[in-house]
Amino acid sequence: MKEQRTKRTTRHFHRIALALSAVFLAAAGASAAELPREEAVLTHAPNVPPPITRRTPAKVVINLEVKEHIAELAPGVEYTFWTFGGQVPGPFMRIREGDEVEFHLHNNPDNKLPHNIDLHAVTGPGGGAAASFTAPGRSSQFSFKALKPGLYVYHCATAPVGMHIANGMYGLILVEPEFGLPPVDHEYYLMQGEFYTEGEYGTPGLQTFSMNKALDERPDYVVFNGSVGSLTGDNAIHAKTGETVRLYVGNGGPNLISSFHVIGEIFDTVHIEGGDRLNANVQTTLVPAGGSAIVEFFCDAPGTLTLVDHSIFRAFNKGALGMLKVEGEPNLTVFSGKQHDSVYLPEGREPPSDNGHALVRTDREPTLTEQKRAGELVYKQTCFACHQASGQGIPSVFPPLANSDYLNADPERAVAYVIFGRQGPITVNGVDYNQIMTPQNLNNEQIADVVTYVLNTWGNKKGRISATRVQEIRDGGPEPFGAGIHAE
Amino acid sequence: MTVVPSHSARASTRSKVKRIVIALLFASLCGGVEAAFIQVDAGVYRPIYSNEPEQPVAAFLLEEAQVTNEEFLQFVTENPRWQRSKASKLFVDERYLANWTDDLTPGVNAPLNHPVTQVSWFAARAYAQWKGARLPTLAEWEWAASASEDRADSRGDTNFLARILAWYGRPASTGTQPVRSVYKNFWGAWDMHGQIWEWVEDFNSALVTGESRNDSALEGGLFCGSGAAGAADVEDYAAFMRFAFRSSLKARYSTSALGFRCARDLPADLKEPTQ
Repeated sequence: MKEQRTKRTTRHFHRIALALSAVFLAAAGASAAELPREEAVLTHAPNVPPPITRRTPAKVVINLEVKEHIAELAPGVEYTFWTFGGQVPGPFMRIREGDEVEFHLHNNPDNKLPHNIDLHAVTGPGGGAAASFTAPGRSSQFSFKALKPGLYVYHCATAPVGMHIANGMYGLILVEPEFGLPPVDHEYYLMQGEFYTEGEYGTPGLQTFSMNKALDERPDYVVFNGSVGSLTGDNAIHAKTGETVRLYVGNGGPNLISSFHVIGEIFDTVHIEGGDRLNANVQTTLVPAGGSAIVEFFCDAPGTLTLVDHSIFRAFNKGALGMLKVEGEPNLTVFSGKQHDSVYLPEGREPPSDNGHALVRTDREPTLTEQKRAGELVYKQTCFACHQASGQGIPSVFPPLANSDYLNADPERAVAYVIFGRQGPITVNGVDYNQIMTPQNLNNEQIADVVTYVLNTWGNKKGRISATRVQEIRDGGPEPFGAGIHAE
Repeated sequence: MTVVPSHSARASTRSKVKRIVIALLFASLCGGVEAAFIQVDAGVYRPIYSNEPEQPVAAFLLEEAQVTNEEFLQFVTENPRWQRSKASKLFVDERYLANWTDDLTPGVNAPLNHPVTQVSWFAARAYAQWKGARLPTLAEWEWAASASEDRADSRGDTNFLARILAWYGRPASTGTQPVRSVYKNFWGAWDMHGQIWEWVEDFNSALVTGESRNDSALEGGLFCGSGAAGAADVEDYAAFMRFAFRSSLKARYSTSALGFRCARDLPADLKEPTQ
C-alpha cells in the first residue's frame, strides 16, 4: 500500500515535470521562431561590415571556412598560414547585443589538421572550442547568444594552441551595443600578430614555423593584417580632413602585447580593451594578446599618419607599420609643415666621407636576378619611405625614381648620393626639388643591389652596378659627383 | 655518434636473419601485391600526459610502407561491399575514396603507387582483416614512429622533431608522393612521418578512459593551457598535433591526408626470449 502511494507520487511528479518542460520547450521554440534569420556580412581586413541598423535581436548565421595555404608574409618571403576565411586576420564579424548566433565552422577537405574556434564573445565552455572541433573535410555547428557588447577576439584553440594562433588563426567579432555605436565617417579593421620563422627577418623563400623562437617569444615578424606591407603604399587606408575615423584594433598575439599608436594623431576616445569604458585624449593604448581596443579620432590636418606598435623596433624592423592617408587642404595653424630646413653640424665635425673599407663582397658575383631581388628588399626597408612604393616620390618634396631622367642620365651619381648624401636644388622630369638626402648606412653590395633594382624597374634604362664599382666611387669621395651635405 | 638504447642493442645478426625470413614468409603469403613486414623490437610508449603511466610495447611486425591505392583496389575488387558506391554509410562518410575516379578506378588523383587516403577506420580495419593482419595499436605506432633513420628512440632529438613539425605545417593540398619516398627509419619502416596521417586501432583512446566523468576533463585539457600543464614533454608539439588530429576523428570519417598500414603479432616461435 505504502509502496503504491510512492509510485503514484513519483508518477505525478513525472507528469508535472513533463508538462513544465513542454511549456519551456514551447517558449524557447517560440522565441527562436520569432527572431528574423539573417546571414552575417563578413569582410576581410581592413574593411568592416556596415553598422547594424535593426534595433531588435536576430538569428544570425555565420559560415566560416578554415583553410591552410601558402601566402606572402613579406616581399619574397612565403609562409604556410592557417586561416579563418583564407586570410590573416580572419573576417570581421558584426552582430548585435542579444543576437542569437548559429555558427558553422567548415574545415576545408584539403587541410591536414583539425581546427576549432574559441570566440571571446561566447559565454560557455571554451568559447565554443570543444563544440566546434572539426576534422578536415567536416563541418560543425553550434549556437550562442551574444550577452555582452564589446569588441572580441576569436581564435583557434586546437592543440597545440600556440602554434595554431602563431600561424594566423585569429580575428575580431564586434557585438554592437543595443543602441549601436555613434556614426563615424570611416571604420577600419586592423589586427596585429607576430610570426616566428626559421629564417631571420627578410630571409627569402618558404619559411617554416620555429617552435623555439615561439617558446622564447622572439618573433622575426610583427605585422598588421597578416603581412609586411598590408597597410602601406597602395594598401594604405584613407580619410579626408574633417572626417572621423574609427579603428577596430585587435591583437592575435600569440605572445606580445601591442603599444598601439598612430604617429601624428591623438585618439579622441578609446574603448579600453574593447569594453564599455571610454578614455579620452590618448597617445598610445595597450592592446593585450587576445584582446582589443576601439580608437576614434578626428582628422584635423592632411598627411600620412603612420600606424605602429610603439614598441618601436617591431614597427621599423619587424613590420608592424601601417599608413592612413588623410587628404585635404592644409590647416597651417594646426600644423605648418616644415618651415626651415638645414643641416646641423657641431663644430669640428665633418660629414661622413669614408666608412666603406672592407665592404667589398668576396664571394662570387651575384646574378642580375639575385641583385634585383636583394635590392627590392633594401628598397622596401630603406628608400621607400621617401621615394614611395612605386618610386613615384612625392611631388615637390621627394624626387621620383620611376622613369627618372635625372637617374638615367648618370646612375653612378645616384650611387654617390646614397653613399655621401645630397643637398641642394635639382630638377627631375621637369620638376624642381630642393631637399636633403642623408648618407645611407648601407654596405657596398646593398647599394649595388638597390641601385640595380631601381635601374631595372619602373621604366628606367636598365644596367647594373657592382659592389666593386660602389667601392671605387666611395674611394673617389663626394666631389666628382657634387654629392655630400654641408653646413650652412 | 648517437647512443642506441639497450633494447635495440639486441638487434643482433640473429634478428636480422629473422626479419628477412619474416619478409619472405609474408611475401609468399600475399601473392601479387607486395606487402613486406618488418620487425619492431619491444620498447616503451610514453603518453603525452605525464600522469598516465608509460606503456610497454611488445615486439611486433609492421608493414614497411603504407597501403597503396593499388593494394586497396585489389581489396575492393575482391570485396565489393567496400567499393565507394556500395559501402554502408554507417562505416564510411561522403568523402570515402572521393579522390578515385570510380569504384574500381583510382585514376589521376590517386596514383597506384601512392598511399591510399580518404578511407575510414572501418574500411582500413576490414582491409587488414582481409590481409590476415590488424591495425597497429596507438602505442605500437607511436613507438615505431619515434625512430629516426639511425636511432630507435629519437624522442627529444630536436632536429627530428623539427622535421616532423615542418611536414605538419604544409597543407595537404601539396599532395602525396609514392610510398617509400621520404625516409626509412631504424626498424626499416618507411615514411612514418612526412607523407600522411595513419589510422591506428585505438585512435580515440587518448581521450577515452572508460570512466566517462573523466573523459570530459581530458578533452577539455586538449583545448587550452591546462593541456600543456600536464604534458610529459611540452616541446613535443608534433605529438600534440597527432593526438589532436586523432581526437577530431570518428571511425567513419575519411580525410585527404589520412591512410594506414597493417601490423601483426610476432609469431610465437620468433619472439625474443624474455630477459
